[in-house]
Amino acid sequence: MKVRSILADVRKSLGIAVWSMVLLFPLMVMKVSVTRGVAQVQFRWNFLPFVGIAGFVLSFAWRIALEWKDRRGNNKSEGTFSRVKAWSGQYFARPAVRTSALLALLSFVIAYPFLFGMYHTNIMITAFIYVILALGLNIVVGLGGLLNLGYAAFFGVGAYTYGLMWKYLGHSFIAAGIDPGWLFWISLPLAGIMASLFGILLSLPVLRLRGDYLAIITLAFGEIFRMVMQNSSDITGGATGISLIPRPWFFGHKLPPPQAATYIYFIAIVLVIITIFIVRRIEDSRVGRALEAMREDEVACEAMGINLVKNKLITFALGSFWAGIAGVIMAAQTTYINPDSFTLWESIIILMAVVIGGTGSIPGVIGGAILLKLLPEYFRALAQYRMLIYGIAMVLVIIFKPDGLIPRKRKQYTFEEKELSK
Amino acid sequence: MEYFLKLFLSGTAKGSIYALIALGYTMVYGIIQLINFAHGEIYMIGGFTALIFGGFFFSKGMPVGFVLLFSVLLSIIYAAAFGYTIEKIAYRPLRGKPRLSALISAIGVSMVLQNFVLLAQTEKFLPFPSYLPEFKWLQPYKEYINSTQLIILGVTAVIMVLLTFLIKFTRMGKAMRATAQDMHMAQLVGVDINQVISMTFIIGSALAAIGGVLICSYMGQINYYIGFIAGIKAFVAAVLGGIGSIPGAVLGSFVLGWTESLGTGYISSDYEDAFAFIILIVILLIKPEGILGRTRRQKV
Repeated sequence: MKVRSILADVRKSLGIAVWSMVLLFPLMVMKVSVTRGVAQVQFRWNFLPFVGIAGFVLSFAWRIALEWKDRRGNNKSEGTFSRVKAWSGQYFARPAVRTSALLALLSFVIAYPFLFGMYHTNIMITAFIYVILALGLNIVVGLGGLLNLGYAAFFGVGAYTYGLMWKYLGHSFIAAGIDPGWLFWISLPLAGIMASLFGILLSLPVLRLRGDYLAIITLAFGEIFRMVMQNSSDITGGATGISLIPRPWFFGHKLPPPQAATYIYFIAIVLVIITIFIVRRIEDSRVGRALEAMREDEVACEAMGINLVKNKLITFALGSFWAGIAGVIMAAQTTYINPDSFTLWESIIILMAVVIGGTGSIPGVIGGAILLKLLPEYFRALAQYRMLIYGIAMVLVIIFKPDGLIPRKRKQYTFEEKELSK
Repeated sequence: MEYFLKLFLSGTAKGSIYALIALGYTMVYGIIQLINFAHGEIYMIGGFTALIFGGFFFSKGMPVGFVLLFSVLLSIIYAAAFGYTIEKIAYRPLRGKPRLSALISAIGVSMVLQNFVLLAQTEKFLPFPSYLPEFKWLQPYKEYINSTQLIILGVTAVIMVLLTFLIKFTRMGKAMRATAQDMHMAQLVGVDINQVISMTFIIGSALAAIGGVLICSYMGQINYYIGFIAGIKAFVAAVLGGIGSIPGAVLGSFVLGWTESLGTGYISSDYEDAFAFIILIVILLIKPEGILGRTRRQKV
């Protein structure tokens, strides 16, 4: 019985191997090049066995993973992994352990720029920018259940707010004798507000729409934003963008790049902490609960007396706010912005951080953002495969672990046994 | 007036290409309510396969008619096979899950296919040789419409008729309509919905491949990225006409083609791609169900 089922599996996988060899033959084995209008085809036969073997092995892995998923669906609390998780969860529930772990983490984070130097500090700053972005997007996608594929546009609104402020007000600040370092601090809240306004502007047409239409219209919005930035060259610098944006000044002193990086690093940390704090408060608030209800079922939610229009506006405004803030930090760190930083793929990568980390789960989203930003930095050799790997990861996560790597904990009210028995 | 006519005709040709892609979108959406982001990539793969096989056959010294026929046939077969495989791998396990999961999966598939072609072939724009015939009698009207555009129009018209026939009068078409109406009910009366959905993907992808070959011959170039924006535009066309409706998809495509070509002609060519998005926003504001679409009632 067992042998027969294995044989059947092998036969199936052989079939898949042959199928993948046939399917990928033209693209993998035949390489086309065009010289003087005549297409030439080169054969790369050595790829063929690899494709077959990969198809064979992967189909086995696929079947095992599907079985594993089915089994896990039936009884969630079994398996070594969940036992380890339960054990560590118990351990971390103790306040002393929790506080000391948090303190250790915090001191490591603070010591980081002094331990590893400017290069790694800069990488970490981008990771933090992504954490803020992902947390903001998480309000829209995770809490509100509204898929936003144009999030990079709000990021862009933030970055351009600072860039344009500098471009048009920078010299008048200097002329008036005011420290232009203030521009950064003025831009920070202003960019958040601008991004919120754009979020509200975008959410007006989409109020009536359901999930997938909303995704497309946010995508459209993002692309329109990019095109406008690209084509209005007399205002925004067009495709060349805005350069020489100043890093934030430290009480009237212009810092040299390494110190400036450290300074931005700490600003970013503080903002990350504030973001985490506020997002957590939102989650537990009345608005947060209403958003969660909206995510679960819009019609039922409306029937319960929740104002959907107001909620959607709030979701977009709140979510975009953080993107605007992240945009200012990004502009200050790279000192250069152009429309290419705010493409659709940027939006998708941020969305990916949320999905892979765990939609709706704050630690998951943070982990996802850091993972997606740090891995490519430290695996430069695989740079050209990055998007391919991301795409595969996205599909795999959504099929096999739709809650993400660190799933969110759902709020539950449990009754005490004693109360019930009385 | 002459300028307008020129723009109008080039818009018509554009629209008929969008229509070929939009038909696949609208069929898939009609049946499983999924925006198949990877559809544009299928179209790109169709173009690439035609280029590869065409180049191979041509270098073997085969006659042009033979090259055209076989490269187009092979590209249709391969695109259909890709569509079928993608549905099995990336969408079928998600059936019955929240709709956004399948959408996210589709975005992932789209990334994978794009980057797969980028890595396996090239990141450069390749010139696409046109194997399509030139009509002598069209020579005097060359300024208004060229033979490629005429062929595109003709092919789209024929395909639309065939597709309508397939859906209205065949057994498979009936099963498709039943599945689109109510998947569970269709299953209960004995429709093999897996087969129906696979068939939908196969037909849609085949149409996308035809569109791919035609538009690449028209534009004269191809690269790994052409599918994405074309896919989005075709989706806009499908929404414009009323998603799920086949005549709607064609009508929407023509409206989009005309708007784009008149918009670039009279307003600004910098914003060529933006027109589609602006139309999308406007239509969703005014009539979210599209020109020929029906409203679906939402239930808890």
